[in-house]
Amino acid sequence: MVREAALTEEVKTKLETITGADLLMDALERENVEVVFGYPGGAVLPIYDKIYDAKFLHVLPRHEQGGIHAAEGYARISGKPGVVIATSGPGATNIVTGLADAMMDSLPIVAFTGQVATSVIGSDAFQEADILGITTPITKYNFQIRQLEDIPRVIKEAFYIATTGRPGPVLIDIPKDIASTITERPEEAEMDLPGYQPTLKPNRLQIRKLSDAVGAAQKPVILAGAGILHSKGATELLQYVEKTKIPVVHTLLGLGGFPSDHPLFIGMGGMHGCYTANMALSQCDLLINIGARFDDRLTGNLEHFAPNAKVAHIDIDPAEIGKNVPTVIPIVADAKAALLALLQEECNEPAHSEWMETLKQWSAAHPFHYDQASPKLKPQRVMELLYENTKGEAIVTTDVGQHQMWAAQYYRFKHADRWVTSGGLGTMGFGLPSSIGAQIADPDSCVLAIVGDAGFQMSTQELAVIQEMNLPIKIAIFNNQSLGMVRQWQEFFYESRFSHSKIPVQPDFVKLAEAYDIKGYSITTEEEAERVLAEVLHTREPVLLDFRVDADENVFPMIAPGKGIHEMVGVKE
Amino acid sequence: MKRIISLLVLNKPGVLNRITNLFSKRNYNIESISVGLSEQEGMSRITCVIYVESEQQSEQITKQLNKQVDILKVTDITNQAVVARELALIKVQSNPHTRNEIYSLIEPFRASVIDVSKDSLVIQITGESEKIEAFLELIKPYGIKEIARTGTTAFPRGTQRQSQQKHNFSIV
Repeated sequence: MVREAALTEEVKTKLETITGADLLMDALERENVEVVFGYPGGAVLPIYDKIYDAKFLHVLPRHEQGGIHAAEGYARISGKPGVVIATSGPGATNIVTGLADAMMDSLPIVAFTGQVATSVIGSDAFQEADILGITTPITKYNFQIRQLEDIPRVIKEAFYIATTGRPGPVLIDIPKDIASTITERPEEAEMDLPGYQPTLKPNRLQIRKLSDAVGAAQKPVILAGAGILHSKGATELLQYVEKTKIPVVHTLLGLGGFPSDHPLFIGMGGMHGCYTANMALSQCDLLINIGARFDDRLTGNLEHFAPNAKVAHIDIDPAEIGKNVPTVIPIVADAKAALLALLQEECNEPAHSEWMETLKQWSAAHPFHYDQASPKLKPQRVMELLYENTKGEAIVTTDVGQHQMWAAQYYRFKHADRWVTSGGLGTMGFGLPSSIGAQIADPDSCVLAIVGDAGFQMSTQELAVIQEMNLPIKIAIFNNQSLGMVRQWQEFFYESRFSHSKIPVQPDFVKLAEAYDIKGYSITTEEEAERVLAEVLHTREPVLLDFRVDADENVFPMIAPGKGIHEMVGVKE
Repeated sequence: MKRIISLLVLNKPGVLNRITNLFSKRNYNIESISVGLSEQEGMSRITCVIYVESEQQSEQITKQLNKQVDILKVTDITNQAVVARELALIKVQSNPHTRNEIYSLIEPFRASVIDVSKDSLVIQITGESEKIEAFLELIKPYGIKEIARTGTTAFPRGTQRQSQQKHNFSIV
């Protein structure tokens, strides 16, 4: 009897007292976290002990950087925050690139890092790094837990900050002792963020002004950025465009926000955008920017950017408005909310038939082009084949560089949230791990990881995850045995002095895939490409395709640095 | 041009670091920054004096500061009627011959001597930056050994004249 009573007592204490790590698990459950990309280590051992019994899916990348890129891919496709866990010191510093990437491209990420025990913080303890100091400029916000009872409130705030307003990465640093300290279950936490109130609803007066400007315009154009996707406003954009008949240019990151097969879609603008899109941006008299930030790769030399245009800018981040381009009609709002307000407003169709005719002529005369007669395997042709064989329905992830630009040019996205690319930061090694997150977010879709041979080698280790989880990702390596875009710039601007941009010494990628028990194909001709793609793209297993493409191919059109958006070279005459 | 920006911030660890980090990240030039508790519990007031090249840059700074989670209010008070004060401690060389002369300089500036030693004086002066600059110019020939300045702290006067409208960047 006595022994039994003692046992019940023990069970009772166990039920009532929990640790910091338990509070973390509770909070993740409250936030409906379905998947966590994490890598264990000393400082997160108390947390990993709880993850042992966790209900959510835990994905173990083979490098923390792969983990956070996977979380970014997951966030972009699912619209939910990507959750990352890394240990202190090197684990934490390994996610730095991903945080910077998510910050630039406004992706909601909540990253947890372990920290050394509070008693030794500041003593250069084993695996200590000042991750708060390191990540302050590259996170939307960051926290270090100092009091155990703050955990529920801080996590609630972190998810709220990451996902509202302009999305972005938030980091929470948890000292090891706090994660393992026993406590009592605290009461439900209330957020306390008096300084954080994002503006979502547009100002009616500015909406009216914009509607008037539309009615008066003769050469209007909409520049649609990723804000359309973040706000889930693709349908509203389509409705607004059909109401006003204004043609649409996309930014790199905005692709898919407007259907590319729509007659009012002009194409992507920017450094490697299409002729018509760039000329439209250059010559328009009304430029309506919805959820783009006038990045320098889009605008080219600001002096020549839309010189005759009245600029209207809809952005959820007030600091983006007027940052690069002087704006006459500023609208601080969520893109979808602004579009809904615009749809309610009466608005005359612009008298722009002449403008539409000009755009049509430009499009017909100056499409993307490449040497179709070449006996070599042209990367553009491979991209066309990938598009045709997936009917433009696949999710596409990329690294940065030539293959990324060809994907943006030739993979004509019909739907929103099918495109995962590292735009702002331009991160090599992003494509493969982000495809993992994308496939987890949408298990039924075909996911194409389009990567360069150099970028692929920056995250090859993640093949293990793909194989382990049997994710049916199709990895397409555009293998030109070089850092293609670097080589292209050296050819144009450094007298073809190819300084360290050629990498002829490579592993056999097919054998490498086989080492991970993944099927691999090396493809050197167009016929082979057609045959293999028809055969493998619909399978439910991972496949690696090593496309041996023409190594000397360049991306055109191109705006040289410092030049205006209308000064493209390599346009089809 | 010079701008004075007044910030109301949460009094939490790391807030000042976030603000100075923002300034260096965005390549803004701070002339001075002063921090202290405000009238509201848990909040501090920070006064930054910055140099900007254009109105546009000054607008950017205000907006970027506004985005910070720990900053509750950002006001560019440059064009308002403000009371702005700075405190400086100046250790100046002195000997029995110069001491009286220095005292006579101190008086019109309403500065005070707060420490005297055999060969030096410590002078405390408060006022607007220009007044302190003028005083330093005058005292320089005697030999300044050390200066410590707090930077400007400021806020708007209780009554604003009509002509001096609040400088407002709000576009919401």
